[in-house]
Amino acid sequence: LVLQGYLDEQFNQLEELQDDSSPNFVEEVVALFFKDSPRLLTNIELALEKYPQDFYRLDSLAHQFKGSGSSIGALRIKNECSIFKTHCNGRNLEGCRRSLQKMKREHANLKQKLETYFQLLRQVGPQECAVNSWK
Amino acid sequence: MEASKQEEAAAGGKQGGGGACCRGRDARAVESSRKESKVVVPVVHDDAEAETEPCVIAVDDSSVDRALVTALLRRSKYRVTAVDSGKRALEILGSEPNVSMIITDYWMPEMTGYDLLKKVKESSELKQIPVVIMSSENVPTRITRCLEEGAEDFLLKPVRPADISRITTRMLLH
Repeated sequence: LVLQGYLDEQFNQLEELQDDSSPNFVEEVVALFFKDSPRLLTNIELALEKYPQDFYRLDSLAHQFKGSGSSIGALRIKNECSIFKTHCNGRNLEGCRRSLQKMKREHANLKQKLETYFQLLRQVGPQECAVNSWK
Repeated sequence: MEASKQEEAAAGGKQGGGGACCRGRDARAVESSRKESKVVVPVVHDDAEAETEPCVIAVDDSSVDRALVTALLRRSKYRVTAVDSGKRALEILGSEPNVSMIITDYWMPEMTGYDLLKKVKESSELKQIPVVIMSSENVPTRITRCLEEGAEDFLLKPVRPADISRITTRMLLH
C-alpha cells in the first residue's frame, strides 16, 4: 500500500533477482538510483537556467533520468520524464520548468516511500510485508 | 555506502576489472586501474570449471543498469565484467582472451554502443564476439542499423530475464 501507484512491474523484476547470494539486491539498486539521481536533476536544472537553452542536452539528461528510473520501476518519475521530453521537443521552456518541479517532487516522494518500505521490510520481514498490494 | 561498493554489492559481489574474468578457487578481487569503473569478479570455481564458463562484458554508463544487467546475466550463470564505457570495454577486450559476449547500452557519452559494435566488428581479433545492444528507445532505424552492423540482438530496456534467456539460446545455437 505504501508504494501503490509509485512503482510498476519492473520493481517486481528487481525483487525476483533478489536471492540468498544477493539478499539486499533491491535496496542496493534503489540506493544506486538515489545516489545518481540528484546529480541528474541538478544538471537538468542548470541546463534550464542556461541561456540559450540547449533542448537537445535537456532531452538527453531527461533520457538518462528516465532510463534509470524505469530500471527500478519508478513509474511516476518515468511518466514525468516523458512529459519533460515532450516539452523539450516542443522547445517549451515553461513546460520544462513545470515538469522539472514535478520530477523533483516525485523523486522526493518516492525516496521517502521506499525508505519507509525498506524499514518495514527490516522490521516485519518480506513474507509479512504486503509487497503485492502496491501494484 | 560509496557508489563503487553499492554497485559491487548490488551485483551480488565484486565484478572483474582488467584481466577481468578471474579464475581460481577463492573469491578474490581484481580491481581495474580506473577508479570510476571499479569492477571485480567473484571466483568460486576451480580453474577447470572457470575455463569453460562464458564470460560477458556488460557496458553501461548507468550504475543502476549495470547492476541490473549483471544480476540478470549472473542468474544465467555467466561470469560478468561490468564497465561504464566503451573505451573501458575495449581496454578489457584487449587483455581478456575468453569473452563470449559483449552486451552494451546504445546511448553512452563519448562512445555509443553502436561505435563500440563497429570497433569490435572491424577488429580481426574481436569480430567473432557476439555483441548485443540495449536501448530504452524503440527506434526501428537504430535497431536496423545495429543489426546490419553485425549486432547479435537488440534488447529494449529494462532488460528482462526472458531477454537474457533468448540471447543464451541464440549463443548456444552458434
